[in-house]
Amino acid sequence: MNFITLDYWDIGLASLTIAVNAGLSVAMRLGLGQRLIIAAVRMVVQLTLVGLVLKALFSVASPVFTGAAILIMILFAGREAMARQERRFRGWWSYGLGTGSMMAAGLIVLVFGLTTQISPDPWYDPRYAIPLMGMILGNTMNGVSIGLDRMISGMVERRVAIEARLCLGAEAREAFRPVVRAALRAAFIPTINGMSAAGIVSLPGMMTGQILAGADPVEAVKYQIIIMFLIAGGTGLGSFAAVTFAQRRLTDSRHRLRLDRLISS
Amino acid sequence: MLKIQDLKRLNDGPGLVPLLSAASLEVADGACISVTGESGAGKSVFLRAVADLDPAAGHVFLDGTERNHIPGPEWRRQVAYVPAESGWWEDMVGDHFNDPDSARSLATEFGLSDDVFKWPVQQLSTGERQRLSLIRALVQNPRVLLLDEPTSGLDQKTSENVEKVLHERLDEGASIVLVTHNADQRDRMASDHFVMAGGVLSRTGEAVS
Repeated sequence: MNFITLDYWDIGLASLTIAVNAGLSVAMRLGLGQRLIIAAVRMVVQLTLVGLVLKALFSVASPVFTGAAILIMILFAGREAMARQERRFRGWWSYGLGTGSMMAAGLIVLVFGLTTQISPDPWYDPRYAIPLMGMILGNTMNGVSIGLDRMISGMVERRVAIEARLCLGAEAREAFRPVVRAALRAAFIPTINGMSAAGIVSLPGMMTGQILAGADPVEAVKYQIIIMFLIAGGTGLGSFAAVTFAQRRLTDSRHRLRLDRLISS
Repeated sequence: MLKIQDLKRLNDGPGLVPLLSAASLEVADGACISVTGESGAGKSVFLRAVADLDPAAGHVFLDGTERNHIPGPEWRRQVAYVPAESGWWEDMVGDHFNDPDSARSLATEFGLSDDVFKWPVQQLSTGERQRLSLIRALVQNPRVLLLDEPTSGLDQKTSENVEKVLHERLDEGASIVLVTHNADQRDRMASDHFVMAGGVLSRTGEAVS
């Protein structure tokens, strides 16, 4: 492919934009200068390491190392999804619920995409598996964390109304339904918006990357469409699983509302 | 008959004082018992535990059947808890009733407007909400009513009407556990008096009749 290689001098030049922002922050006393620079340094270090790790992974192309890398990505996504919640389940549930949902949804969609549509040889080729999983997981994590957050905060906010229905003999599923619906809707909306805006408001990152790397735009778009479908599938499955398990965890065999299983963070 | 045996709230966490410790009592068919006590003494915790809204240890029997043999929703239909703060899940009043027509006569009796079921919930006063949430429970004809301050916000006339309907239910064989701050109402309604303090329920005596 014909793309322009960058040298370190180019990167240094681009970093001037951060320096300008930091200067603005100092001049306007925003107090963001230091944070901006730390974030920029983190970004450079993290991405450089990822570049090195990916290079090593691609050169060995081992299913074990690829699987391990994907597992680590899932575990980090789980942590991130948990950290975004204001209230969460006590104990391992808070981590396990989000992580488990993301893992199941992400892997199903990834394996489906790799084995039937993109079909690299071998199918677990890290050059395809890892970037794909990154994109699927990033979006699934958003859906899962929004869904869980809405689910849990909705239950707390609507406790009186939910318990009023339980008191009248409603089953937990029935009493929870409005909150479950709202949580699932909130989880799906970013995906729907992303698909609606794709190509008009935003040029999706992967497609842009392929075009910069010299790919034919029409071919790049085909890839992007497949990815959008996989992302939507992953987000939908993941949010559905997370909200469903949260619903079960928020009640018990006696159809009570079990807010005592939550803590505020 | 409602029979409560050593009912206590399970601790919500280590080191917490029990909110309800080993309460026992019996309410015969057609009988009303009263529970008084300061705010925060555990009266609502007790009613919630009887309604099986919180995990609790001990036993509760309705007509000899332990409640664990009855599904939770069915238990709560039979042992109806009407909390002091009413909950609403739809926009319109009528949508909270399976059959608003069956509730209409009670609404009239409780001094509510005829078209109250067509109102938005937002528009209801506290007293109207309180009466409607009681009606919601009454139309299901529960065996036991667990009432938390059912007339606290109501004027005397309306309170009397509510008490009259409750007396009718007692005559039909229902049982009532009545939490009230009103000593006159306690004496008019209840045959057996209990007091709750620090999560401990104790009997203070029978009514002089």
